[in-house]
Amino acid sequence: MFEKSTPEPAGSGQTTPEQSAPDDTARSDRIAVSIRHLSKSFDGVEVLRDVDLEVREGDVVTILGSSGSGKSTLLRCINWLERPDSGSIHIGGQRIGVNDAGRPMPVRELAKVRARTGMVFQSFNLWPHLNVLHNVTEAPIHVLGKSKAEAEALARDLLEKVGMSPKADAYPSTLSGGQKQRVAIARALAMQPEVMLFDEPTSALDPELVGEVLAVIKDLSAEGYTMVIVTHEMAFARAVSDQVVFLEKGLIIEQADPETFFTNASTERVRQFLERNEG
Amino acid sequence: MSNWEILWGAREQFWSGFASTMEIFGLSISAAFAIGCGMLYLLEGSRPRLTVPVRVFIDAMRMLPFLILVYLLYYGLPAFDIRLDAWWSGVGALAVYHGCYFAEIFRGARLTFPPGQVEAAKAHGFTKGKMFFRLILPQIVMQTRPLLGNQLIYALKDTAFLVIITVQELTAAANSLSGTYFIPTEAFIVVIGFYWAVSVVMEIIIKQCGRFSAKRGFDHV
Repeated sequence: MFEKSTPEPAGSGQTTPEQSAPDDTARSDRIAVSIRHLSKSFDGVEVLRDVDLEVREGDVVTILGSSGSGKSTLLRCINWLERPDSGSIHIGGQRIGVNDAGRPMPVRELAKVRARTGMVFQSFNLWPHLNVLHNVTEAPIHVLGKSKAEAEALARDLLEKVGMSPKADAYPSTLSGGQKQRVAIARALAMQPEVMLFDEPTSALDPELVGEVLAVIKDLSAEGYTMVIVTHEMAFARAVSDQVVFLEKGLIIEQADPETFFTNASTERVRQFLERNEG
Repeated sequence: MSNWEILWGAREQFWSGFASTMEIFGLSISAAFAIGCGMLYLLEGSRPRLTVPVRVFIDAMRMLPFLILVYLLYYGLPAFDIRLDAWWSGVGALAVYHGCYFAEIFRGARLTFPPGQVEAAKAHGFTKGKMFFRLILPQIVMQTRPLLGNQLIYALKDTAFLVIITVQELTAAANSLSGTYFIPTEAFIVVIGFYWAVSVVMEIIIKQCGRFSAKRGFDHV
């Protein structure tokens, strides 16, 4: 469904009039996520090596690479689910994980910075004792301190957006994988995050359910959400991205706009990777 | 006058013993539940220095005969100038002892709690306390419901030990009647009826609670 469609710049097309609709030339130069000199090892194995990456507000950045290349680790460092060994990450100008004095952030402070990001996991990780609506309202009420009424109104809007309104009262165990993931997206959006992080959002889905989740993410990109997406869906990456990053053994070896990346990659490794993932 | 008629005549004693047993039971299992939850929270590791002592304490209690603990509180504590009357010694012993069992049951379930859910909570900005009380604990309780029901029955039966430190509960009533009129068989049969009745009612309630968790996919009742 995404093949051959020319990549739309974020913010074009379906934006509502009251939103500023940034096109490519007038795009915000504000930086949503800035990653500098990021390194991380697991048991002596270097998973990330001096990675630099900037995500502009409203941009969709997809991270590609074979398994074990460090792409999920990179994403998980952004909200400090993994602690990098060195380097820095700023979310909207605020450094995460390390406070002004250069010490590890106190838990409460860390939680506040984390709340500025929204994350969608490969395995959904919904909270099974809460119904769909309450999965979405849980964090806004108990983390952001929103009133129940306000959180529910927002949750219902978001469930509408991801096409899950009819299931608001259902419990996660009764949903399909695709439905769970759409709820998980609504749950993350309910934090009104500055950046959405997607960690292989379709990898745990039956093939016929992949489309419904990708369609939702594509809608979000059209609405101008800032997103960082780790994925194996090439056609999708090509269709939604403003920037494609290719990781190999913890290094960014290619970083380009999707057209260049998919048709005219400069490294042999990337061309090889694309060929293998073609069929 | 048959033995049964004698007991019927003394029904007031049974009733007050039963009321006392239920009071002790209700109070001590509520406290035990709170202690179990509290210990599980300490085991989450937000205060690392407490983790090992809590584990040791739980194991120490599990390996201690309940009666010894009761003796210790009632006869042992006065040596440290702490004097509890029989009733509070009994309630305290039940609460601590079964609290540790609750903690052990919870701990087992916590070990298999999906780490992804904890990550999701962190990613959504939850701090440890809120994550524990809103997301982890409710699921652990639902998941361990059958084991908790079992533990409640143990706790109910353990209230009978308190007769030894002179608490005037149900078994004490039967004891005194059997002594006064020398009708031990009938007196204890009546008491067994009381314990069974309470246990059966608890079983039914716990089973009904299962519907709540089954709806959420936690078990299949």
